[in-house]
Amino acid sequence: MLTFIIRRLFLAIPTLLVISLIIFLLLELAPGDPMAQVPLTVPPEVKEKMRLALGLGEPLHIRYVKWVWQFFVVEPSVMIDYLTSQSRLFGWLPDTSLYNGQLRVLSWQTRSPVMDIVVQRLPQTMWVVGMGYLFGVMIALPIGIYSAYRQYSVFDQVGTFVSMVGFSVPTFFTGVLLIVIFSVELGWFPSIYDTTLVVNSWDSFLMQVRQMVMPVTVLALFNAAQISRFMRSSMLDNLGQDYVRTARSKGLSERSVVLSHVLRNSMIPVVTVIALGVPQVFGGAIITEQVFKVNGLGQLLIGAIEANDLPMVQTLTFIFALLIVVFNLIADVLYGIIDPRIRYD
Amino acid sequence: MKFKALMLGAAASFAFAPAAFAERGSSGHVNVIYWQAPSILNPYLSGGTKDLEASSVVIEPLGRYDETGALVPYLATEIPTVANGGVAADLKSITWKLKPGLLWSDGTPLTAADVVFTAEYCMHPEGGCAQSAKFEGVDKVEAIDDLTVKVSFKDAKPNPYGPFMGAQAPVIQKAQFAECLGAKAPECTAANFGPIGTGPFRVTEFRPNDVISYEANPNFRDPAKPAFATMTLKGGGDAAAAGRSVLETGEFDLAWNLQLAPDVLANMAKGGKGEARSGFGSLVERIMVNAYNADPSLPEGERSTAKHPHPFLSDVNVRKALSLAIDRPLLVEIGYGQAGRPTCDLVPAPAIYVSGRTECQTQDMAAANKLLDDAGYVRGADGVRAKGDLRLKMVFQTSTNAVRQDFQALIKQWWEELGFEVELRNVSASVFFGGDPGSPDTFQKFYADVQMYANNFDGTDPEAYMAGQTCDKIPRPESQWQGENIARICIPEYDALVAELGKTGDLAARAEIVKQLNNMITNDSHMIIPLVDRGRVTGVASTLGGFILNTWDAELWNVADWYRIK
Amino acid sequence: MTDAVASAPSRSQWRDIWDQFKTHRGALVGAVVFLTIVATVFLGPLFWTIDPTFVNIRARNQPPSLQYPFGTDQLGRDMLARMMAGGRVSISVGLTAMSLAITLGSTMGLLAGYFRRLDWPLMRLTEVFQSLPLLPLLLVMVTLFREPLSGALGPERGTFILIVGAIGVTSWMATARIVRGSVLALKEREFVLAARSIGTDDFKMILRHILPNVVSPIMVSATLGIAAAIITESALSFLGLGFPPDFPTWGRLLFDAVDYMQQYPARVIWPGVAISLTVLSVNYLGDGLRDALDPRIRGR
Repeated sequence: MLTFIIRRLFLAIPTLLVISLIIFLLLELAPGDPMAQVPLTVPPEVKEKMRLALGLGEPLHIRYVKWVWQFFVVEPSVMIDYLTSQSRLFGWLPDTSLYNGQLRVLSWQTRSPVMDIVVQRLPQTMWVVGMGYLFGVMIALPIGIYSAYRQYSVFDQVGTFVSMVGFSVPTFFTGVLLIVIFSVELGWFPSIYDTTLVVNSWDSFLMQVRQMVMPVTVLALFNAAQISRFMRSSMLDNLGQDYVRTARSKGLSERSVVLSHVLRNSMIPVVTVIALGVPQVFGGAIITEQVFKVNGLGQLLIGAIEANDLPMVQTLTFIFALLIVVFNLIADVLYGIIDPRIRYD
Repeated sequence: MKFKALMLGAAASFAFAPAAFAERGSSGHVNVIYWQAPSILNPYLSGGTKDLEASSVVIEPLGRYDETGALVPYLATEIPTVANGGVAADLKSITWKLKPGLLWSDGTPLTAADVVFTAEYCMHPEGGCAQSAKFEGVDKVEAIDDLTVKVSFKDAKPNPYGPFMGAQAPVIQKAQFAECLGAKAPECTAANFGPIGTGPFRVTEFRPNDVISYEANPNFRDPAKPAFATMTLKGGGDAAAAGRSVLETGEFDLAWNLQLAPDVLANMAKGGKGEARSGFGSLVERIMVNAYNADPSLPEGERSTAKHPHPFLSDVNVRKALSLAIDRPLLVEIGYGQAGRPTCDLVPAPAIYVSGRTECQTQDMAAANKLLDDAGYVRGADGVRAKGDLRLKMVFQTSTNAVRQDFQALIKQWWEELGFEVELRNVSASVFFGGDPGSPDTFQKFYADVQMYANNFDGTDPEAYMAGQTCDKIPRPESQWQGENIARICIPEYDALVAELGKTGDLAARAEIVKQLNNMITNDSHMIIPLVDRGRVTGVASTLGGFILNTWDAELWNVADWYRIK
Repeated sequence: MTDAVASAPSRSQWRDIWDQFKTHRGALVGAVVFLTIVATVFLGPLFWTIDPTFVNIRARNQPPSLQYPFGTDQLGRDMLARMMAGGRVSISVGLTAMSLAITLGSTMGLLAGYFRRLDWPLMRLTEVFQSLPLLPLLLVMVTLFREPLSGALGPERGTFILIVGAIGVTSWMATARIVRGSVLALKEREFVLAARSIGTDDFKMILRHILPNVVSPIMVSATLGIAAAIITESALSFLGLGFPPDFPTWGRLLFDAVDYMQQYPARVIWPGVAISLTVLSVNYLGDGLRDALDPRIRGR
């Protein structure tokens, strides 16, 4: 298995380069202009100068090579320097100084390094979108298992109903509905997420919980709906299998039949769904973040797309691609762990 | 009506507000929400309104425009004019005098050298300065002494208040930006994210595209101001959410630019936590009529160019009929409510420049039909008019925006009643307003027959705005589709009159010329069909005092005077 | 399909499936509701002839009444007519885009899971598609193909094909991964080994033994896919990449109504309920079909 992982990791490098090139060309082809948000009162000649100052006058291939260099060489060196000098985890290592002042990947909107902003956005994304996903999975698995086990029971019917409604009603609607009920009418939770809140006391922790309740609920519902459907259907498939009958006739307890035999075999498609969902956590939740003003990575991406901030969009989507490749690999490895019959070679 | 009552109430509470809040920081914290998040605090590197606004509380110009459009000195002792000798009689130079004793927020003194440096920073050829239009025609900027700056222009400049006036051209600190000239400008992230200024607040934390934290500037020139010790400017979301957070939940004190349907806004105001105030500037929602043919069957590079005049929109009677068919007061009622006024003018303000013609404000279907009948366009069996093979079929495009889509639906219906066939199209704003020459959907390319959007002019002088509609400013393939003359107007008398405006210094004479220019392209020829004079709506919490809505400068222009109503 | 085989004298396989399907009450209700919705939106306009884009400015924001059973919107357009017109578009988009995505995804997944040699290239292709940023991709597609398509087919049909294509092409990847995962496991099962040992060829193997056993994750993807497609379409319209602005769809109606939620709640309820009802009914229908198609459950 180790050789399989190592080989896949090596093969991932050309894949990622191809992906980065495709993303780059796609962004170049797409219409749009970084000057779109500059007011119409700014004359066209000035806008042209601003475009040139952004480096848009350079030929395509030079800009691509520059970005690859900046992303794969300059940014990692900045990160290693940071890790060895300031971080708690690796601070004990001798300080490195790999970064020699070369140009980093700069955003066109903010004229500042893209990675700094990404790092700044990670906490709220992890808190809100990550928790939403975690809770979603935690709710979905038991619901899926139990509704399959008691197929067509009241629990199953209600679960199906709630999860399908949860999935089919878009978050731009549920989010606003929650705000109208819980912020405007009841005044329980703030409608706007405060990203500057520092959790250092019980009160600020409560504040953090209060501002997270609504976005996490919306996301958890949406995620739970999807995953519980897959869990339920996969369980149903396996409950009808011969080995279940065999296990039961062997006199195994119902609990161990369902939880260790059926569940394990049902996890394969579900693991795919769960693993593939993780990169989306990092991609942020565009609409939910917008509705609750969480300003995480999703809002960063959509803002960059609207402003045609190509370096930002390119970097963010590429990080996203990186995560997808990694989590696809993880899903493949997990298959083997869950089902030893699946072989790697 | 309720809206008006609320506004009167606000005025009253303002008038009776106690003046005894004379201590810096005594009002605590103020929360401001902008649904577009600021990206950078250096207005010279970004033309975006949100960025200008966020930086305006930190860095200040020599003078600002007040809510009436009048010039008020900020860092300068007075506004230089010809009368007080500040502006040379030949209109070729202007001399500013700084207030003595001004300090930057880091404690160092502000001098003329900083002002001179600001000009150098923006006029650097490699810097890509977003505000270089403000410095256009400037020959040199020199420091006469520590507190005196003289700006010389290459030619006579009837309006010399470009440099260092208004939110677009504030003074930046030389010591902080000295290493950031030209191509190096974007690399100075620390300076661009936290400029040292003379304004009432200084930046404590800037999270790009998210939130800015400010605190009172300890070296601000008025020791009693600002009343607020700290301020947060949150960005992101949408106008509805911003409005809700001020008017319904009271989490925020001020919400910028609430572009919402009037009944939605009125309903929010019922929350009782605040009120919506509106003010008017020069922003006009208009329909541009394409003088050229944009038919997709024409070869690429010839669509919307002078090679193919429009088959029927080049006829003034057809254009007039289009304008007559529109019920402007109704559009205002549906889309903007108190935040809009019907208008027939491209220049709706300041008052001296307004032609004030109102004949377009009454819808007249009969007259419009008669115009088309007389012009020989006969209704076919399907209700669409045609003259020979020429059917009155149009594509009507605009940017994606709820109010604009409602307007499109309404106007389409009126025009179809008139005998046109109208196809609607909406384009994402980031494409529509972007100047990408590769995209067919930009407003400059105008690959449609009519299009709707809004535009305004900078400051209070419309000269540059009117000069944008001359023949040589028509976007065309040779100019990479750049140019401000979107309607492709080409009237020689107009161009001549614009040239005359550039040479006229007397205000009354200038106003007269602007009115003539305005009528030539709107009320007389209907090449531009103005619809609505759009105001700016701001949501203000009832506990926020001192806010004055100003459409001629930054929204936060008088943030130093804000206080908490107890 | 059911009527045709119901008259067959011998108990065919289809007959068994229909019998099993009939006993599934949820599936029957789902089928009836779904067919009713489809009939209403497609045949309704024959009886309710108001033009959904007709602006009647004097009848703005009307509550439901005899003249306007669903009320009117902020421009006085009849909501019932708009709901029917919107449903036509949304259901067509949902079904077509879902079918496209499911076909693409299942084919890719089956091929990649079954043929070891294809696994690597196909899965890398899937990763490439997964990592493409959706919005810029759509922008490119719209820019490149909108004018030629609407020139050839008219603005409405051209946009329809464009949107269905865009949604389909960008949403098949999850299905492919899921199907592949299941196939990988199935391939090692005894019955597949047995079938192989008697010399079943690959094509038959996939069709007879593999495909029937991956139907259930495909069904789930399909039901979720319809909802996702309807919602994606609304996001596209909102961004100006979708249908022309005077062209209602359920997603768009819902989106437009969110701002008016407090004053005119009915306006969010109609499209919201319509989307949910469609998705729910398709889901139950899918459940029933899945059970009916599964020979093991059928026996019970």
